[in-house]
Amino acid sequence: MRLLLSVCAVLGLAFSAGARAPQPVADAVILSGGLPKLLSDYRFFKDGAGWQPNDRVVPYRLNMPLFSDYAEKYRFIYVPPGQQAKADGDGLLAFPVGSALIKSFGYEIDGKPRLLETRVLLHRADGWLALPYVWNAEQTEARLKVAGQRIPLTFNDPSGREHEIDYGVPNKNQCKECHALSGAVTPIGPKARNLTHGGQLADLARLGLIDKEPAVDYRVPGWGEASAPLNDRARGYLDVNCAHCHNVNGSASNSGLFLTYEETMPVRIGINKRPVAAGRGSGTHDFDIAPGDPDGSIMIYRLNSLDPGISMPEVGRTVVHDEGVALLRAWIAGME
Amino acid sequence: MIRSLLVATALCLSAPSLAKTVTVAPGADAQERLQEALILAEPGDVVELGAGRFDLVDGLSLDVDGVTIRGAGMDQTVLNFAGQLGAGEGLLVTSDHVVLRDFAIEDSKGDGIKSKGADDIVYYKIRVEWTRGPHPENGAYAIYPVESKNVLVDSVTTIGSSDAGIYVGQSENIIVRNSVARFNVAGIEIENSIGADVYNNIAVNNTGGILVFDLPNIPKQGGRNVRVFDNIVVDNNTPNFAPEGNIVAEVPTGMGIMVMSHYEVEVFENRLAENGTGNILIVSYTKGQDDPNYNPKPIGVRVFENIHGRAGYKPAFPGGDQLKAAFGGAIPPIIEDGTGENILIGDDVAILSMGLTAPGQPLTEAKPALIEGATEPFDGRQLTPITLPEAMEDAIR
Repeated sequence: MRLLLSVCAVLGLAFSAGARAPQPVADAVILSGGLPKLLSDYRFFKDGAGWQPNDRVVPYRLNMPLFSDYAEKYRFIYVPPGQQAKADGDGLLAFPVGSALIKSFGYEIDGKPRLLETRVLLHRADGWLALPYVWNAEQTEARLKVAGQRIPLTFNDPSGREHEIDYGVPNKNQCKECHALSGAVTPIGPKARNLTHGGQLADLARLGLIDKEPAVDYRVPGWGEASAPLNDRARGYLDVNCAHCHNVNGSASNSGLFLTYEETMPVRIGINKRPVAAGRGSGTHDFDIAPGDPDGSIMIYRLNSLDPGISMPEVGRTVVHDEGVALLRAWIAGME
Repeated sequence: MIRSLLVATALCLSAPSLAKTVTVAPGADAQERLQEALILAEPGDVVELGAGRFDLVDGLSLDVDGVTIRGAGMDQTVLNFAGQLGAGEGLLVTSDHVVLRDFAIEDSKGDGIKSKGADDIVYYKIRVEWTRGPHPENGAYAIYPVESKNVLVDSVTTIGSSDAGIYVGQSENIIVRNSVARFNVAGIEIENSIGADVYNNIAVNNTGGILVFDLPNIPKQGGRNVRVFDNIVVDNNTPNFAPEGNIVAEVPTGMGIMVMSHYEVEVFENRLAENGTGNILIVSYTKGQDDPNYNPKPIGVRVFENIHGRAGYKPAFPGGDQLKAAFGGAIPPIIEDGTGENILIGDDVAILSMGLTAPGQPLTEAKPALIEGATEPFDGRQLTPITLPEAMEDAIR
């Protein structure tokens, strides 16, 4: 019987295109109270390998991505049938209950893409839930790892340098550390100001996933977008890489260092701000940002470190993002 | 009996299932097994750590309300973070009504245990230690509750923090008692907090024994209402090993109790001796700042009924040697910078004022002089003792 079923499953792939419609995303699994064991339980993808998104699972990209050890990231939005996310100016899209955000992390290894993990954010009736799934070596199945995992990995970054790291899949609590506002889980990435790339917002509106294409007044540029103002790129980089914790309601609220795109008070973004609880993270420097002096700024010191007692962000980085550091160095060097 | 019934009822209401005990033993895959237990725990559960050493490779975290993590004793159950690859602390707690007891954290790369926004938290018979002793690359804080309401730290031991052993920051309603702080830069520090009783502790061999600070440009300011009493604060002469840039790097080596820019502090019935710079120091915030909401001065500090042994024989601040010579080998055990308001000192010892007139003024402009304390002994107890929710006290009975 089991054999018969698996034969059917294999044939099912061949027949599905013509003979019958593929199964839609499993809304009941998204909304259930449990912790689904397998990524395939949700049916976000038509294939077991996590590459072909199902209906209403739409890929998107961010102008300015979070740096995650040079991993390639594949992001998808799912909004249940008959519903829409609401656009709210430049800010975070408001997703209805039943929505999901899916993000796969991978590297090109020996010329082939290899997925390491897929993180899902599920909007349940009692709020958002963040869960990490780790792919097997065969790339056929991703399994829930609430406690996270370290994966030894060797890869080349885009400039060709080789890195040997213990890639960190975050545990469920670490997902929340970044995704928490006032203690509740929330999405971070899909803010309209960071989604303007390639007419993407118009596309999402046309597909009916969002209610309208919002007018974005102050978009976030990509970090490598040389034509964008340096200040916008630097502030965008801090917003995307730091501000999920470093905001007044975030995990780093006690630091008083608030790095959101909207923040206007110089001392709050670190300018001539003394550390609160940095410990040896201070690197013997007095200020988070010493204007004109990147080498004397705690911010640069911590972004350049790989020591867990020093490095920032605390989660999700085991190599230095040289290009990001160079951007912030230039920004600080130009301050008076 | 009625009380414990009430507690039991409260737990039942908040718990979706019957409270259970989950036991985790040391050994292979300790990281995953322990972290998974902490994630899957439900309110009311006890996560019991077996005796032995847990070799951990990443920070641990707990985000479930009402969980107790209990080991077999602070010398029997050791969470060893020498091989830690990530996270800013050994254990992070972000949920309420948590009890941590009877285990040790060793050699975490950052802080030892941090609890943030974790109300009603109990630390009991916990040891946090950096085993190589004082070193600037040790983690900053051993026990680190922050942004929390109702904090109990009882019978803990902290050794080797490069900032503070027990550091309570931006919190309310705090008790730190019966604890030992050794070889830290600051033994115990209450910072930017409202309402703390610090008593019956032993602070020895730190750079500074007990600090009560309020700092600028921090979300929660206006630190007030702290009582420091019945402590033994002796021989805090370990050279300051804090990384520069941190405010505790400013603490002069040889400090007993230090109050900086704070409202309403009572220091009484402490035994203070062999602190080379001084037994008690009361000063304004020493650095420049332009925070319009910040009070840099100590206002309303009462010092009385303390017992003083030898102090001030090795003052570790600029000009200290000249002052020491001028005073014939030791400066007075109590020092104020002269900028405070309503500073009342009843101890029967000499008091030195540095004669500064404004916060942040450099010591080079000091006009040191002996000043008069209270002419009669007085009882300066004005602050209300801190009481915590009964369930917190019950948790350690």
